[in-house]
Amino acid sequence: MTKSALVIGGGIAGIQASLDLADRDIHVFLVERLPTIGGTMCRLDKTFPTNDCSACILSPKMADCIGHPNIDTLTFHEVVKVEGSAGDFKVTLKKKARYVDPKSCTACGDCLAKCPSKGIPDEFEYGLSTRRAIYIPHAQAVPRVAIIDAANCRMIQNGKCGVCLKVCGKKAISYEDKDSEVVVEVGSIIAAPGFQPWNASVATEYGYGRFKNVVTALEFERMMCASGPERGHIKVPANGEDPKKIAFIQCCGSRSEKQGWKKYCSSVCCMYATKQAMITKEHADVQEDIFFMDIRSYGKEFEAYINRAQKEYGINMYRAARVSNVDEDPVTKKLAVSYTDSEGNGTSQEYDIVVLSIGLNPPDGAEEMSEILGIELNQYGFCKTTVYKPLDTTRTGVFVTGAFAAPKDIPTSVAEASGSAAKAGAYIVDENFQPCAPKQYPQEKDVEGKEPRIGVWVCHCGINIGSVVDVPAVTEYAKGLPNVVLSEQSQYACAQDCLEAISNAIREHDLNRVVVASCTPRTHEPLFREACKNGGLNKYLFNMANIRDQCSWIHMHAAEAATKKAKDLLRMSIAKAELLEPLVGSEIPVTKEAAVVGGGITGMNAALDIAAQGFQVHLIEKEKELGGFARNFHHKEDGKEVSEFIKETIAKVEKCPKIKIYKGAGIKDIPGFVGNFRVQLTDGKEIQVGAVLFAVGAAQYKPVEYDYGKAGNVVTLLDLEKQVAEDKFTGKNVAFVQCIGSRNDSVKYCSRVCCAGALRNAIQLKMKDPTTNVAIIHKDIRTYGFREELYNKASSLGVKFLRYDSDAKLPVFDGKSVRAYDVILGTDVELPIDTLVLSAGMTPLRAEKEELAKMVKVPISKDGYFFEAHQKLRPVDFATEGVYVAGAAHWPKFMDECIAQASGAAARMLTIISKDKLVSEGIVAVSNTELCDGCGVCEGCCDYNAINIIVGDDGRLKSDVNPGLCKGCGCCVASCPAGAMEQRGFRNKQIIAEIDALLNDYQKV
Amino acid sequence: MSEEFEPIIVAFCCNWCSYAGADGAGVARLQMPTNFRIIRTMCSARVDPEFILRALSKGADGVIVLGCHPADCHYIGGNYRARRRIALLRLVLEQYGFDPKRLRLEWVSASEGEKFQTTLTTFVDTIKALGPTPLVKEGQ
Repeated sequence: MTKSALVIGGGIAGIQASLDLADRDIHVFLVERLPTIGGTMCRLDKTFPTNDCSACILSPKMADCIGHPNIDTLTFHEVVKVEGSAGDFKVTLKKKARYVDPKSCTACGDCLAKCPSKGIPDEFEYGLSTRRAIYIPHAQAVPRVAIIDAANCRMIQNGKCGVCLKVCGKKAISYEDKDSEVVVEVGSIIAAPGFQPWNASVATEYGYGRFKNVVTALEFERMMCASGPERGHIKVPANGEDPKKIAFIQCCGSRSEKQGWKKYCSSVCCMYATKQAMITKEHADVQEDIFFMDIRSYGKEFEAYINRAQKEYGINMYRAARVSNVDEDPVTKKLAVSYTDSEGNGTSQEYDIVVLSIGLNPPDGAEEMSEILGIELNQYGFCKTTVYKPLDTTRTGVFVTGAFAAPKDIPTSVAEASGSAAKAGAYIVDENFQPCAPKQYPQEKDVEGKEPRIGVWVCHCGINIGSVVDVPAVTEYAKGLPNVVLSEQSQYACAQDCLEAISNAIREHDLNRVVVASCTPRTHEPLFREACKNGGLNKYLFNMANIRDQCSWIHMHAAEAATKKAKDLLRMSIAKAELLEPLVGSEIPVTKEAAVVGGGITGMNAALDIAAQGFQVHLIEKEKELGGFARNFHHKEDGKEVSEFIKETIAKVEKCPKIKIYKGAGIKDIPGFVGNFRVQLTDGKEIQVGAVLFAVGAAQYKPVEYDYGKAGNVVTLLDLEKQVAEDKFTGKNVAFVQCIGSRNDSVKYCSRVCCAGALRNAIQLKMKDPTTNVAIIHKDIRTYGFREELYNKASSLGVKFLRYDSDAKLPVFDGKSVRAYDVILGTDVELPIDTLVLSAGMTPLRAEKEELAKMVKVPISKDGYFFEAHQKLRPVDFATEGVYVAGAAHWPKFMDECIAQASGAAARMLTIISKDKLVSEGIVAVSNTELCDGCGVCEGCCDYNAINIIVGDDGRLKSDVNPGLCKGCGCCVASCPAGAMEQRGFRNKQIIAEIDALLNDYQKV
Repeated sequence: MSEEFEPIIVAFCCNWCSYAGADGAGVARLQMPTNFRIIRTMCSARVDPEFILRALSKGADGVIVLGCHPADCHYIGGNYRARRRIALLRLVLEQYGFDPKRLRLEWVSASEGEKFQTTLTTFVDTIKALGPTPLVKEGQ
């Protein structure tokens, strides 16, 4: 029997892993210990470096997750026992008592309003506001159902109250609810429990908990957030006034040996603090100062973000020693921040608010989880992984993703989450694998040529609509409108009983259109469409009128006008519904094979992950041998030579019967579209595939600085590594210069890997011969995450650290000595040098990427790397469906990051090539060839290249829409001068019907 | 007429940003005048100038088109096209002696419930100040 997969943790990583498994037709149990999914991300206001609204980009993923037929989302559940082994786990879950039946609860909020047990700190808002004993965790909660906090419930504690049950129209409340156990059988497990924010009260010197105006970054995030307790108006907590000066203190809880602090770098705080400062600045003119040790903006477009914050937003960055302490003025409650300035003098400034950039801890209960799952933790209490197997835990069949493995940002978590889905899937997909069967629906009724018979439901939504809009009057009004054969009111249209009533009425009353006047189609249209399908009606014959979110809720004090508006909206909706047509997304056949371009570490690992699930992979490498850039490495990771790892990986790839290798192969063109690409090689071969991965890597920057190549004692990191490995290196006085070919005027970004590379080599030199003098001259040391260990180790071995600011002030090297600024001495020093090592950055091989990019119409970032579909939530996808990116082709990154991202791309490709066919969205554009004169305006305005001007059978030019590529924006329709282009579901006549329905009979008050 | 003039305004909202922003205003219970009716399209670029002319000719006192912020379009660059089309249409309206202030284009993101509120409130005020549309005679 085919097993399911288990995903533990419903944050963004768990959601993404579940979606990728489910889209690959594997059934998933997603277990979340809290009552709702969304994790930390749904509490954030914005996300760096795009400043996207966090809730806006996460909500669709949450809705996908909860509505996915292959995912059982088990919120308020915990894993208590895991038995068995990979491929055959038996997992016991504790289903915690919710006291509210989630199936009956409609989230009307009536109980919340009446619960007498008030003033309980709201966990979602980090205690910044309060809630009652019965509550809905937050506005975007998924699932959006109430829950009772038993410890604070008067009825459960003392048997006296019962108000919520009394007011609940659905009688969804049960005070007798008990914890229970559920056992599930799964083939593999993904652990994605996320992280726990560092407890700021440990930093007594900063006064958190004592001084009201000292807040953590997460609290500040809620203060900034439009859906937060202050609706996004940042106020000084002590007096509610507008702040004039805000300080951000970095590394709070991170990078320190202090008791209760963490030695590692939390990886994300530099960026999130900068984001918070920028967003705050957009709200109001506030002086903002960030106190930091090193700015670690190593990710994609991070460096530009930091620069923008300083130059465009005027945010001050204080490169200083750590802030020693924060004091409060007992009268004004203003905060004095004491720090050491760049001249080494102790000084102090006064602020209204101090934001502590708290680090990331292992998740609460990590130890217990490690025991239950039988996996090991590392010395920091995070999940133990290795460089070569970044997604594997120490137990076979159990994988890890997200911040549980190390502090990391959202895109890295998302890419890894997909990667863990590829890994976990391989333990479920075997020769007996049965993909989840698609749901069966009754035969759709034929509506062709039939008069519209419209059924209308008007929702009270408890009191949400009914208390403002006169629902009975609106219902009655609809009865008088043309073609309406049934008009009913419903307490909760979205409740199971009404949904069933809709399905039944379609049969009983022979309805061929359904209109519901209730909330917003953005959240509820799928639900009602499903009810239509269950009743045998094409889902596109449904329409919605939004009389809650866009009417009753925003006109609460204008009942009469709101009722009139609700009638108008319903009339408009019905007018459009009359003209709706049944739509079928077109079926696109899929070639169930994949092409991977690039045979380096990334490409090979992606190929292996795809092949592991039984699909043919074509691995195309331009060089004569596999291995890519990593063949230049001469060091060990986790005790094993990289060269050894490459050799093993090549052997695996070459032995794999599902991987066909093309060496020395160039690519001429890649015509086609998702599911149907033709990869044409320069030697004339053509490979048919359903999806393509670009894993073409990057290269090392070739320095022009310091006469590199001419002067014998100037080498790059890779040169040095090679000399040391071959035992040819004899240098005794070595200086590394960082950021060669990075972070300057021509290459603006940080190459991410060079700091750790220099430190690794410096340590090696010192370990080999402690008398060797080693100095590292840098702009910032960017050893994020657990790589901070390297920095600490190098420091303890006596490696000297010197600084330079910009390329204009490159350290001067005369062949025998180097001059640079010593931060500790506060003066320039001169060091005798026999070897100058240039930490050369990464260069993107832009020309090569541009060629590939043109073939499949994907963008290149301004830095010359591939530009993904969405920097935050689609890190390995392109906007062009079926094409993916991973590894250094996406951005400079370490080997473990490349491997994890390779798996991520593999999982995304599997969601395409595991299907026999894809079904496109029904609301695509379509051209009427009778009217089209082939002018080509539509072709030019389509951003997805879905339109081609072709020669028709009659020899005339005409427009041809590829429904596989069309996204249904309708841009071309509005551009068509001939009126030939139409958008299904949003036809001109349908939209005009709405306009006319509103205005033809409009009675001005 | 002694009663205050209550205009009727057609608001075109794109599915991904501004329609969601309008919902967000509702979720936050931000109160505003009732004078507008939203028509949802997938993208602001779907709004054919013909729709706007139709609404105005049928007696709408104002039309507002709301899209995603520049660079935020769900469909890559639809909002830029909408911007060009509306700019042109405003010129045309003006040339025909019709006050272009009755047609407005604004950006409202999915998270900007408050901006939705202020945008619509201000637009209603603008239209109130302009008075009833000249295109429909009184009593018609």
